Amino acid sequence: MSKDKNIFKATWAYADAPESTDHIKIKKQYELFIDGEFVKPSKNKYFDTINPSNQKKIASVAEASTDDVDKAVAAANKAFTSWSKLSGKERGKYIFRIARLIQERAREFAVIESLDGGKPIRESRDIDIPLAANHFFYYAGWADKLEYAFPNRKVKPVGVAGQIIPWNFPLLMAAWKIAPALATGNTVVLKPAETTSLTALKLAEIIEESGLPKGVVNIVTGAGETGAAIVNHPDVDKIAFTGSTGVGKYIQKATAGTSKKLTLELGGKGANIIFEDAAIDQAVEGIVNAIFFNQGHVCCAGSRLFVQESVVDVVIEKLKSRMETLVIGDPLDKNTDIGAINSAKQLKTIKDYIKVGLNEGGEIYQPDCKLPKDGNWCAPTLFLNVSQSHRIVQEEIFGPVLAVQTFRTIDEVVEKANNTPFGLSAGVWTQKGSKIFNLTQRLNAGVIWGNTFNKFDPTSPFGGYKESGFGREGGLHGLRGYVKFD
Amino acid sequence: MSRIDIHKTYKLYIGGKFPRTESGRYYAVKDKKENFVANMCLASRKDFRNAVVIARKAQKSWANATAMNKGQILYRIAEMLEGRRAQFVAELITQGSSEKSAQLEVDRAIDRLVYYAGWSDKYQQFFSAVNPVSSAHFNFSCLEPMGIVAMIAAENQGLLGLVSVVAPAIVGGNTVIILASETKPLSAISFAEVLNSSDVPGGVVNILTGNADELMSHMASHMDVNAIVYCGQNQKAITTINELASNNLKRTIFHKKNDWLDTDCESPYMIEKTQEVKTTWHPTKV
Amino acid sequence: MLPNLNNLPTYDTVGVNERISRFQSRSIKKSAKVEGLKLALSMIDLTTLEGKDTKGKVQQLCYKAMHPHDTLKGIPTVAAICVYPTYVAIAKETLKGSGIQVASVATAFPSGNSKLQVKLDDTKYAVEQGADEIDMVISRGEFLSGNYQYVYDEIVAVKKACGKAHLKVILETGELDTLDNVRKASEIAMYAGADFIKTSTGKIQPAATMQVTYVMFDAIKDFYLKTGKMIGMKPAGGISTSKIALQYLVMLNEVLGEKWMNNKYFRFGASSLANDILMQLVKAETGMYQSADYFSKD
Repeated sequence: MSKDKNIFKATWAYADAPESTDHIKIKKQYELFIDGEFVKPSKNKYFDTINPSNQKKIASVAEASTDDVDKAVAAANKAFTSWSKLSGKERGKYIFRIARLIQERAREFAVIESLDGGKPIRESRDIDIPLAANHFFYYAGWADKLEYAFPNRKVKPVGVAGQIIPWNFPLLMAAWKIAPALATGNTVVLKPAETTSLTALKLAEIIEESGLPKGVVNIVTGAGETGAAIVNHPDVDKIAFTGSTGVGKYIQKATAGTSKKLTLELGGKGANIIFEDAAIDQAVEGIVNAIFFNQGHVCCAGSRLFVQESVVDVVIEKLKSRMETLVIGDPLDKNTDIGAINSAKQLKTIKDYIKVGLNEGGEIYQPDCKLPKDGNWCAPTLFLNVSQSHRIVQEEIFGPVLAVQTFRTIDEVVEKANNTPFGLSAGVWTQKGSKIFNLTQRLNAGVIWGNTFNKFDPTSPFGGYKESGFGREGGLHGLRGYVKFD
Repeated sequence: MSRIDIHKTYKLYIGGKFPRTESGRYYAVKDKKENFVANMCLASRKDFRNAVVIARKAQKSWANATAMNKGQILYRIAEMLEGRRAQFVAELITQGSSEKSAQLEVDRAIDRLVYYAGWSDKYQQFFSAVNPVSSAHFNFSCLEPMGIVAMIAAENQGLLGLVSVVAPAIVGGNTVIILASETKPLSAISFAEVLNSSDVPGGVVNILTGNADELMSHMASHMDVNAIVYCGQNQKAITTINELASNNLKRTIFHKKNDWLDTDCESPYMIEKTQEVKTTWHPTKV
Repeated sequence: MLPNLNNLPTYDTVGVNERISRFQSRSIKKSAKVEGLKLALSMIDLTTLEGKDTKGKVQQLCYKAMHPHDTLKGIPTVAAICVYPTYVAIAKETLKGSGIQVASVATAFPSGNSKLQVKLDDTKYAVEQGADEIDMVISRGEFLSGNYQYVYDEIVAVKKACGKAHLKVILETGELDTLDNVRKASEIAMYAGADFIKTSTGKIQPAATMQVTYVMFDAIKDFYLKTGKMIGMKPAGGISTSKIALQYLVMLNEVLGEKWMNNKYFRFGASSLANDILMQLVKAETGMYQSADYFSKD
């Protein structure tokens, strides 16, 4: 038996296919969006937003001070009186308009998302931006139907929603936060992440174009201090936060003595479980999609792989060979599968974890790929033969690093999969129906993917168990965090 | 010569057994006229810790019991309580209630158990959804119990306050550890006797008596407790619970109401408060 | 010996579709595109399989095979022409010295519903007429009723009848119902001695799809890993544009890799694809979009 595993190597290079940036308008400087207008920050401070694929500055972005947050909250408070009284039908129309305007400018949004955040254009174009528009469409329709969402209860909006979003899906997270808040009659102060403010500010332009009443949505840019000012503001009635578990805990503590309503979407360490009777090739594709989607900057990433021992050799062999075909490089190139790591800081975190993995004795595998010189890059990485005791198995890395373990029985893998403080997502691969349902019922996570992974939809509730946070976003259940019962 | 009464010894209820507190501590409960009624266990943090271990062990199999079975067990609790109605009325009167309000409280507690027994195989249908996603996947969301719920019962209605939070939590598959009203704990422990004769598996409901201020911080900070329910108006307590709950992002549920006779205590939304939403995806093409 | 068919990998269409969409979203530009188009042209089995085929039609097709578009320099000829057994001799004669292979369908093509001896005679006749390659069909009825041994034995017998000629085994995936069946049929064909496995006769819809081709690639890959033997692949029917052909090549490149990127191991069964590729090649050279009127139809 002669066989050469390297024989399957792809050699035909497709040549560069960069998405054009000619039609994209990016200003040199971006201001805060408060009370329907773009205003300078009170302390006249700005920070740079950087293209992570070449480390070049794209634009200056205003840094909101506590005073600016005060103004934004005051504007949202003022706007709440009339916005919350507006009929659901009319509220819905504004949200439909926003959805349409995003669709019209979809390509521009996709390019800016990839420029500013480093994600491949294929993903921003095919996933982030369409999903964001669809999210507004979905919730627009709820605005005049809330009495059907909560039978036997009369619902009221909560008030001013302070919303803090992460850098991994900038526009999509803004949509996840703003759409249900508006549909239920709340007003919003939203803070995008400091490394990826641009699409949220572009969304502010759309909101202005849509004619949404002034002050209903306010967007303040800045880093942790700006976020803290929102969290601690006495006139904010609700906090919706997506980000790290550490900050989530801080927020629950900081709002402890207040009547602020809270939803938190936090970290994860999702288990992806491959049984011997799985459709192995789709499972391999599922593994790739679970951990390398968006450079692994995904809170629900399948970062812990469990493979049944009887198929571990073939799965790992196929996975390695699949990894060889992943194209890493310019996020704007249509052929890119894995883009740039979002920031130098995040790259350091990932590299530190890779060092930890090596020091712990993990067996590393990275495909033979050339990384571009400038910018923040990390090759897709496997750690083989690790165990639940390894730090790289326990902690969220938030990068393209997969920890691989084996298992023998169903009970064993369920126990290991649930052996984590997190509980956001999990995946199961088997062609046996009863096994799928047995596992989906026993895994402690808010989202379970059977024979698929990393799928999102506006109608599908998303959110975690345990330290992955509480509350749901998306679907009927996503309305709950933005209403109170009379 | 008249007969000497037999006084009842009130103990804790953990894992289907009635142990004394491991600490050996007690406090005296008196009636309106300051006459001695009984010595109650002053539960310690270790009693609470032991109860959590037992509640964790009991949780999975309780959650996996069929909805029909859980409903029948709740109904059985109501039957047992009905049969001992007079005893509970008497205990409430001893603890300061008028006869009329004691009767109302017991009746309402029985009815409430029947109410939640009926929800057992229905609330899932009420809160679940099949989500029409834009891809070839079958996608559905349903409820699952949070797991272990620690509870601090309302102070003023010793029986009804307890039943009103325990029933919706256990009908949803959670196991609970509840700290009874400090000043009106008799009916809580008598209720434990009802539970113990109602086919409720040991460890599903665990009842402690003692001091809320002392135990609250341990209940809120325990890393293996998934949710905490506090019934009361003490703002300082609410702040403390929320702060400590952040250690493991415990879900916090606060009931500030004074009167548990309210009809809005009977609602599927009460069950929903201790439930998580799980969403499952699967492809639909062969 | 018939391989064990009980533990074969299984497929689910949604997952396969996701993988396919990755290939389809690859953007191929400039020199890579020209390279790909020329490669695709060189992989074509230019085909005419009609009841109304004549000597004249076959000769015209052969000329087209040798001279795809004489005004365009540096382009390859197609790999083979594919005809019914009765036209093999004419094709062989017309193509003499060109290096272009002659493939013939056989075995009661396209239904395959005849007795084994008739199929073997059909095959031997085509080989005697000079066919370099035989495209046989499997017995789908027997396959779908679970008579895998029958299907296997038949292929073994036809292979023997082929002698030196290469054997392509047509699974007719459009009649096999599921991707799992496609995998199973691929397995039977490879173990029975196929040199190539082929999707379709072109007479049944759907003919070739990227989904079934992906599953067959996957089978070929696993077969190589087990036996060290390289099997060729031929999607046939429905591949009519350069764009689709390039998507197949992307898939070939990323699943089977460079060793399969030639006409020894990969063929397109197609009739109108050649002209579309030629139009694209001329467009790449001149920068102008082309009209079909400027490309010969044979």
